[in-house]
Amino acid sequence: MGAVFLAMLRREMALAWRGRTDVLLALSFFVVVVCLFPFGIGPEANQLRAIAPGVVWVTALLASLLALPRLFEHDLRDGTLEQLLLSPEPAVVWVLAKVAVHWLVTGVPVALFAPLLAGLYDLQPDVLPLLAGTLLLGTPTLTLIGAIGAALTLGVRSGAVLLALLVLPLAVPVLIFGAGAVEAALGGVSYAAHLALLGAGMLAAVALAPWACVAALRLAVQ
Amino acid sequence: MLEALALTCIKGDRILFRDLTHAFRPGVLTRVAGPNGVGKTSLLRLLCGLAQPDEGEVRWQGTPLAAQRDAWHRAVFFHGHLPAVHELLSPRENLRSLAAVQGLPHDGAAIDAALAELGLARQRDLPVRVLSAGQRRRVALARLVLAQERPVWILDEPFTALDAAAVAALARRIEARVRDGATVVLTTHQDVEFACPCDTLEPGRFAPRRKAA
Repeated sequence: MGAVFLAMLRREMALAWRGRTDVLLALSFFVVVVCLFPFGIGPEANQLRAIAPGVVWVTALLASLLALPRLFEHDLRDGTLEQLLLSPEPAVVWVLAKVAVHWLVTGVPVALFAPLLAGLYDLQPDVLPLLAGTLLLGTPTLTLIGAIGAALTLGVRSGAVLLALLVLPLAVPVLIFGAGAVEAALGGVSYAAHLALLGAGMLAAVALAPWACVAALRLAVQ
Repeated sequence: MLEALALTCIKGDRILFRDLTHAFRPGVLTRVAGPNGVGKTSLLRLLCGLAQPDEGEVRWQGTPLAAQRDAWHRAVFFHGHLPAVHELLSPRENLRSLAAVQGLPHDGAAIDAALAELGLARQRDLPVRVLSAGQRRRVALARLVLAQERPVWILDEPFTALDAAAVAALARRIEARVRDGATVVLTTHQDVEFACPCDTLEPGRFAPRRKAA
């Protein structure tokens, strides 16, 4: 089981590195969109500070959607998916490895870049670690929910649009608690509950999403 | 023994075959034959459990596949008409990752020996992107060498894009495996002679008769 996870991790890391323009796409989208808002809204510091957590989180959510349609698509087209599904080990093992690498190359860079962009919104430096922390805690959930959507829309025409429609409503709770934690910190109240709920959401997603993903993938190769 | 019991396969609103029953005996090569579109590939996918039949079931050693997925996946080797080879990875990396996931031998020596046997020793570290179509098929077929011990081989068009020498070598490999008592099911449109016990299964014979309009 460990061997399957490691072999898949290694394969996906090699592929992510060789196809790194794909990876940079999500990050560049995030950076560009976050930079656009201050231009559109104007240099009103209080207003910018108020919308900053929401803007960063919504943009992170959209950026995480950008690369999702490709999560299983190539494997379906070249026949790798059916071979992977013939593994004697539970399929959730390699699904989890794939999703983990996808998060590493899309979610983590976004979380690390977010504090660097916060200067544009005049956020106090002391909430920046929290902003990155909520993104690190929340983006795995987004990726896992997105993976179910990616598996369900695999091989469907205009699957990318359908994927967005499927995933975005499910991501609302993550958005509320992620942005909420930063807003609470800005307002000077406790944000522990928000973090706890984000963490709980992530654990639930890790436990449940891979199974749903596998069921959807089996249907996709039918 | 691998058995198909009263399999029915429906694609869209068309019944490809109905009540297809066949015992795939060990030590026999079963050739699934017929023109395009009669459901050869569909039948192979039902047999390896990638697709579910609309009616009937497939049994391995008397137990339905769905009830013993792990054990079945340890027994079967499937070569699909899609090569399952990623262009950005080298033949070595392709083989190593899939073999590990499928529980086949995946240490460096086994991988290199399998690639050398298919004549890819010099290309093993090049990205598959730069290889020819035939060489890509060989990368996929190298997995067959790793799956040498598996008792069931299900091969969908294994001879596609291979040169004459490679076709002959693969046919010899399949024969040897059948004589060792493996169950081999394959489809091919090429005229390949096998010197081993052979059987032919035509899914087209199980197609429902068209009613006169």
